[in-house]
Amino acid sequence: MSLRHLLDIRSLTREQLLSLLNDSKKFVEVSRRSIKKVPALRGKTVINLFLEASTRTRASFEIAGKRLSADTINLTASGSSVQKGEGLIDTAKTLEAMAPDILVIRHPASGAPHILAERIPKTSIVNAGDGMHEHPTQALLDCLSLMERLNRTAEELSGLTVAIVGDIRHSRVARSNMWAHRLLGNSVRLVGPSTLVPDEFAGSQYFPGGVTIHHDLAEGIEGADVVMVLRMQMERQHESFVPSLDEYSRYYGLSVAKLERFAPDAVVLHPGPANRGIEINGALLYDKRSLVSQQVEFGVAVRMAVLFSLATGKGALPVEPQSVEGHTQ
Amino acid sequence: MGTGETVIPDDWKVVIDGETIQRSLSRIAYEILERDDSSVPIAIVGIRTAGEFLAQRLLKKLQEIDPSKNYAYGVIDITLYRDDLSHSAEQPTIKGTELDFSISGQRIILVDDVLFTGRTVRAALDAIIDFGRPDCVELAVLADRGHRELPIRPDYVGKNLPTKKSEFVRVHLTEMGGPDGVYLLPSPSSKGER
Repeated sequence: MSLRHLLDIRSLTREQLLSLLNDSKKFVEVSRRSIKKVPALRGKTVINLFLEASTRTRASFEIAGKRLSADTINLTASGSSVQKGEGLIDTAKTLEAMAPDILVIRHPASGAPHILAERIPKTSIVNAGDGMHEHPTQALLDCLSLMERLNRTAEELSGLTVAIVGDIRHSRVARSNMWAHRLLGNSVRLVGPSTLVPDEFAGSQYFPGGVTIHHDLAEGIEGADVVMVLRMQMERQHESFVPSLDEYSRYYGLSVAKLERFAPDAVVLHPGPANRGIEINGALLYDKRSLVSQQVEFGVAVRMAVLFSLATGKGALPVEPQSVEGHTQ
Repeated sequence: MGTGETVIPDDWKVVIDGETIQRSLSRIAYEILERDDSSVPIAIVGIRTAGEFLAQRLLKKLQEIDPSKNYAYGVIDITLYRDDLSHSAEQPTIKGTELDFSISGQRIILVDDVLFTGRTVRAALDAIIDFGRPDCVELAVLADRGHRELPIRPDYVGKNLPTKKSEFVRVHLTEMGGPDGVYLLPSPSSKGER
């Protein structure tokens, strides 16, 4: 399998997804050594361009690059020329002139990584989250967390029922996970109020073959193997998608008690950062069923696998960036 | 690789047969124990893929010879330490390293199938050092075919194989879909292949 860019999960083949996941599993060990560094990407340059707030994704891309011995630099909107009004493509062209091997980008606009892949073809682009479109490494680390907890290989990670709860409408994490679970052969339920889980998501372009939509939490998570709780995007609260956070929490907030009652065997994922007491109760966040800490640990391994895969194998064929179907801000 | 029976082509020449492989491993096991200093623990570490299986067999021989001794065992994958990662056209496959013991103060016996340029061993040494400071590292190989490109020499050799640099040597083991044997492949240049 050869990858030129990692722009989304949607355009991966099943083989590419399995290969990335199985490689990621091998990289977990490197972070558990006393000397957490291998020389694999010596002399390669990785630029992390984060034009939207991020703690874990940015830190873990940086750590992943460093543990592979790549030279990594981090740029954020504040303190860069972006603040002076430089546009995305001009910034990228400037960075390209410094010959990085990989450019990791987080951007508030859906499709930004795809545009860069077209405009700066010599550099491999990694999407670290673009608008409401995709967050491919998040889906990979969610899958790796499941592989490790359920003690399965990527090939065996099928036949599961995955309930995704919360603000599906705005969630790139949900979209990437939907594509990943489709490739793996798992069934997906989308759970939340109708304002945040539009009915047209069922059987839509997003997920041929269909997902099921549930506006009732109990019904949505009942008997699920995996419950993925999404962050309530507080920055969108002025748009009145829910009457009040209190009410949202009462109907859709996940707690130990609700989990025990409706999905006692389920494991819980949360992409972070969590709003304690809103979409997830604080006790559940670090409960034995929660994989939150593992998600962060495996995030580093997954990003190491992605960077390694893009930086090696010169036979990598350029792939045509696919057009983005989804919302553009 | 590793699945199903491997059919050995007619023009492959057997240079070490299955019986000789087993006898060589027994001899190497005795040689390792001759140098044994009971105060230094021994660890057998195979280099993936064939070296892993040879290391397992060597470990078994050692345990048969002296069942009272404990040996640590591990495998290393040198993929992340290769010196040709930027040049390789193929996507390298990561097979994983498993050293679940502290290597500090251990006498490490590094095991591989064929010693050729020495580049794999160089990578393996770098990988080992990343895990700690062993007492010493020794190298055991099934076959030494010469043509070293680095100053590396084996401590234990199953058989010295004089070869041309252009020739190919293949090792088959039952663990990989055998049968056991080391083969010399016809030189591709003489057949006009590649």
